[in-house]
Amino acid sequence: MAKADIRIAVVGGGLAGLMTAIKVAELGHKVDLFSLVPVRRSHSVCAQGGINGAVNTKGEGDSPLVHFEDTVYGGDFLANQTQVKMMCEMAPAIIYMFDRMGVPFSRTPEGLIDFRRFGGTRFHRTAFAGASTGQQLLYALDEQVRRFEAEGLVTKYEFWEFLSPVIDDNQVCRGLTAMNLRTLEVQAFPCDAVVMATGGVGLIFGKSTNSVICTGSAQSALYQQGVKYANGEFIQVHPTAIPGEDKLRLMSESARGEGGRVWVPRRGGDERDPESIPEDERWYFLEEKYPAYGNLVPRDIATREIFQVCQDGFGIGGGNMVYLDLTHIPAEALDRKLGAILEIYEKFVGEDPRHTPMKIFPGVHYTMGGIWVDADQMTNVPGIFATGECDYSIHGANRLGANSLVSCIYAGAVAGPAAVGYATGDRHGETYNGLHEGEARRQAEINERLKNQRGPENAYLLHEEMGEWMTDNVTVIRYNGKLEETDAKLQELIERYGRVDINESVYWSTQALPHARHLYNMLQLARVITLGALRRNESRGAHYKPEFPERNDAEFLKTTIAVYTPEGPEFSYEDVDISLIPPRRRVYDIVKEAPKVAGDQPPPDEFHVEAHLERERKDKQHPFEDSSKNVT
Amino acid sequence: MADTIRLRIRRQDSPDAPTRWEEFDVPYRKGENVLTCLMDIQKSPVTSGGRRTTPVVWESNCLEEVCGSCSMIINGRARMGCTTLVDKIEKPITVEPLTKFPVVRDLMVDRSRLFDGFRKVHAWIEIDGTHDLGPGPRVAPEVQAARYDMSRCMACAICLEVCPQVNSHSKFIGPAALNQVRLFNTHPTGKMQRDARLTAIMGPGGITDCGNAQNCVKSCPKEIPLTDSIAGLYRETTWYGLLGWLKK
Repeated sequence: MAKADIRIAVVGGGLAGLMTAIKVAELGHKVDLFSLVPVRRSHSVCAQGGINGAVNTKGEGDSPLVHFEDTVYGGDFLANQTQVKMMCEMAPAIIYMFDRMGVPFSRTPEGLIDFRRFGGTRFHRTAFAGASTGQQLLYALDEQVRRFEAEGLVTKYEFWEFLSPVIDDNQVCRGLTAMNLRTLEVQAFPCDAVVMATGGVGLIFGKSTNSVICTGSAQSALYQQGVKYANGEFIQVHPTAIPGEDKLRLMSESARGEGGRVWVPRRGGDERDPESIPEDERWYFLEEKYPAYGNLVPRDIATREIFQVCQDGFGIGGGNMVYLDLTHIPAEALDRKLGAILEIYEKFVGEDPRHTPMKIFPGVHYTMGGIWVDADQMTNVPGIFATGECDYSIHGANRLGANSLVSCIYAGAVAGPAAVGYATGDRHGETYNGLHEGEARRQAEINERLKNQRGPENAYLLHEEMGEWMTDNVTVIRYNGKLEETDAKLQELIERYGRVDINESVYWSTQALPHARHLYNMLQLARVITLGALRRNESRGAHYKPEFPERNDAEFLKTTIAVYTPEGPEFSYEDVDISLIPPRRRVYDIVKEAPKVAGDQPPPDEFHVEAHLERERKDKQHPFEDSSKNVT
Repeated sequence: MADTIRLRIRRQDSPDAPTRWEEFDVPYRKGENVLTCLMDIQKSPVTSGGRRTTPVVWESNCLEEVCGSCSMIINGRARMGCTTLVDKIEKPITVEPLTKFPVVRDLMVDRSRLFDGFRKVHAWIEIDGTHDLGPGPRVAPEVQAARYDMSRCMACAICLEVCPQVNSHSKFIGPAALNQVRLFNTHPTGKMQRDARLTAIMGPGGITDCGNAQNCVKSCPKEIPLTDSIAGLYRETTWYGLLGWLKK
């Protein structure tokens, strides 16, 4: 039975959105769930490798504290540490929750969940369901949401597009507007809190590993109405993607986690078949440069090394590709642990990676930056929350592999109850003179303008042009001159956007009009990314400038905050929460000086973690009530 | 190889509108798939006869055959647009919407009956809540391996499209939903709601409507052993029916 009064809107039906919806429904409140696609087809489905949680079933001495330390270090100290620690503490309970939902996690002979290794850690910490973990986790939550739908607590609006928040004169959110993608009807939905779960922004770079809905349009709409956007310049370029005409397809880090080796021929321009190149004429450059972590250095480092090797002329046949080699592993083991991703390679490239080394190159993959949120996942606008990839909070300057799924669930588990708590206050129940209707009208007018606008420009071609500029200049290696040119280009594209003709005369189920709306929002957010990168004169995590090759904590151990103005983003900088682990230099060629946490031994004093943990256990109730018992 | 590819696309402006064929010439690039060709049409929606038209509408998302969106009929065969490589099929390429579902527009169809089927068969595990209740039950690796194969169903609906028993005069729920029943009934906790799922597939439109044509298993892009799932359910429902009868 639904409790009266409170209504929460969740935007996005991936892992973060579904987790939020479930948490709200479990508290007995009604949820309106908006999604561009049937939620089962959300981008979370693409996550391959696994989900991190330090359960230490391999007896390696892993613990949530070590996971916490790895994540903060991997993120080059840009993440707010308190939230990261809470996520790592919750991670084992998250994996167990999915286990109880029936996710077919791969098993050990004893019937326990099996764990594999991923980048940036030396422990087996990643639970996985073959190589389609995201798909399995998404389905598990989708199934649970279907239960709540049957009970009348969740109402799904699939094929509906979020357009804007409805914000009153006191800068408080009172609802949202959305568009029915069949009819283009714009409707305002009053509600007490809006939780955003709209994923990453990969499509701003044209081709990426992201799904076609990952444009960041919703985030940008919020930004343009006064919501702060943080660390926009931190975009993860995944080291191993399969180049394609329509997109870059991810080749999961689990390929390296299971023993895959990255190499190029020692002689530049060597055109022999890879199988015929003898061992001593192969250059395993990651293993050579990073003996402690080898092929499992964090993504930003692997990406730059692969990029550099190709720049130096050692790419396959002198081009922009390197080998990712699994051929030394028995085919049976590969099928069992990596079947789904090997199948992707086979289907799209037409070669069998069990017998021929794969050819891969880095591709835009993950958005570390995003909507600014506090520890309750609430933005600077009361009533608007953000969760998962669209928020900025967990991954700092670089995300570790298999941490994204866990961060989606953590954020949803925090935001759901927080949104209910917020809505239970005295902030709702008022009437608003035409506030909702006014915003719906404004949005409908944008549609009419696009329908009637004529001119020589095509929105899909403008999108392609933006993507090429962004990929060339705002990814692996960034130069200030190029960043300035890119921003000038983006302004030119915004100006040309005024002459776009959507080439559409039938508006029923049109995709041209929604795409054009996305494009405008992508252009605005592209400027945040580019100018944020321009201003950050240092190198940290995924953000690398040869002109400023060192990390500069004195000036830039700060969160970048962008606020919209009609003239362009205005930037300010906020201190990072470093209350638990003092920043130190991040290196992976030697074993990281990590706190040695074995058994019940506390970590060394300089990490202050245990004391803080105790404090927090007393202060704050955990969204997963009993998870403290998993923290050993 | 020619520099351009010709596509023949069956189009329809709305559910009630008449259908028509339109032809397009799009640039050829090595290794591209059919969706890349559709994207080229968006960039220049002009027919091969030089007439301006509207961009073709279709459903897609991940482009790597895991979201299940882009099922369509290509050269007469139901398959995923993203994994249909232009180099491997005959030209000109004919593209049509699935035929067993109402057309929304062009290649986009309404597959909500598939999800309705999942709801009908109780395709979930009744957990007590998402709060921490410790690990789930232990699962033998062989059981997990068998369930994993079934779990990869991406709701593309191709198994319904190719099934002769799924048609306008039948209520057959189709192979995808039956596979879900098997998936959840083989899980140690899922077993506890086994009866509810079996009951759901024993009435009209249930498992006995399967005609064993085996088209589903041959067409499944994820090679899910759909007919094994159905055969297993046949045994389960027979026993369940028999026991139910004995209890009377």
